[in-house]
Amino acid sequence: MNTQVTRTRVIIMPASKPALPAHIKLRHDAGRGRWHVLAPERVFEPDPIAIEILKRCDGAASVEEIAAELAKDYNAPLQEILADTISMLQELSDKGVVKA
Amino acid sequence: MNEIAPMEQFSEQPVVAACARAPVGLLAELTHRCPLQCPYCSNPLDLERVNTELMTAEWQDVMRQAAELGILQIHLSGGEPTVRKDLEDIVEVASKAGLYTNLITAGVTLTRDRLKRLKELGLDHVQLSIQDVDEANAEKISAYKNGLAKKRELGKWVREFDMPLTINAPIHRHNIENLPNIINFAVEMGAGRIEVANIQYYAWALKNRASLMPTRAQVLKSAEIVEDAKERLKGILVFDFVVPDYYAKTPKPCMGGWGRGIMNVTPQGRVLPCHAAESVPGLEFDNVKTKRLADIWLNGQAFQKYRGTSWMKEPCKSCPRAELDFGGCRCQAMAFTGDPTNTDPACKFSPYHAAFVAAAESESAEATPPAFVYRRLGGAKTDAAQ
Repeated sequence: MNTQVTRTRVIIMPASKPALPAHIKLRHDAGRGRWHVLAPERVFEPDPIAIEILKRCDGAASVEEIAAELAKDYNAPLQEILADTISMLQELSDKGVVKA
Repeated sequence: MNEIAPMEQFSEQPVVAACARAPVGLLAELTHRCPLQCPYCSNPLDLERVNTELMTAEWQDVMRQAAELGILQIHLSGGEPTVRKDLEDIVEVASKAGLYTNLITAGVTLTRDRLKRLKELGLDHVQLSIQDVDEANAEKISAYKNGLAKKRELGKWVREFDMPLTINAPIHRHNIENLPNIINFAVEMGAGRIEVANIQYYAWALKNRASLMPTRAQVLKSAEIVEDAKERLKGILVFDFVVPDYYAKTPKPCMGGWGRGIMNVTPQGRVLPCHAAESVPGLEFDNVKTKRLADIWLNGQAFQKYRGTSWMKEPCKSCPRAELDFGGCRCQAMAFTGDPTNTDPACKFSPYHAAFVAAAESESAEATPPAFVYRRLGGAKTDAAQ
């Protein structure tokens, strides 16, 4: 076990570049008419805002960039959107649904 | 974000409205064969034999039908699913059909090459069960030598192939004191999730209840340990904690409600609303050999029988929790009260509740618990004959 790297909690920052791990799948379910996040022994039903954030988690865009895009699309104040995005991504990271 | 968690047995959250069209998950018991003999196995006492198991093409058809029906996740289970040499062929079809595939294994029969191949074929997740992190105790519980070393080896390969891992730790009086070490083991193994799953007393576990039941004090202590570890390991290890319902006041919404989110296919192809449903009399189980999965889900007698709340009598019928816990578990009601339409004895409103709690309290207080009745073909019968 001495090759084991000590794991630490990921803290989401404005510059973090979030992505979905390979085993987390954001899928549209045509039959049920909704989006699902498939995770180990779990199925999540993201709300519309979470879907918009998760779709943009491509490992290239930073949290700041994602928030800026959403602020523009939804005509909402950037700082508020950024704070909400960080807190949502932190929660998802703690659940193992996103990595950064 | 809402979560549909049919496998989660304890939740104060209202269960998400049923999707009548299809279950979320399908538990595929590919075989009842297993090299381990854990005395709390959830398989029925009457284990199904190898020559009656579904053929490869039949399981593959189940996978295709499951995806068509709208099932999202497949739990490949057993017995030990890796004793089937065609596991790869089944995973391949399931994955191609778009299903999220989860392998539930004891990890002692899987080789590095097979795991690599399973990953290439699209296996999404591995759930590895452990008996204890104390080698001698693990051997005693599973009646299998050197299992822990093999599990460590599997953990190494899982990390090598960068696959997500859950450690499933069934908890009972013989390992509950080791819980802190069990949690540390999951971290060492690189797991992202751990299920600290107190034994649920059905099938073999019910037969061995007096040997396995922890005390109420032990359970409370273990809950504290989990709470502390959850905080300490936030962002590293996700916890699922299942308490034994003998010490609960309200029953668990078993399977998330009968026929609401899960279906179970036995090695022979019988389709059950839960893996213990065959212990409930008066149910007719359809088989995938003769009926389509969608038809069984929507119209099967066994699924319709206890679906929803119309079958309920008091105290469930007028209970505000009727649609939260669905009266608990039909199998437990049957096993303890002799009538599957009674409320689960885990419920404080059940007239059987006091006797139910007393059974756990007196059994767990015994200084020397009875010897295990090990899970093996004919094992339960041999014991009864003694």
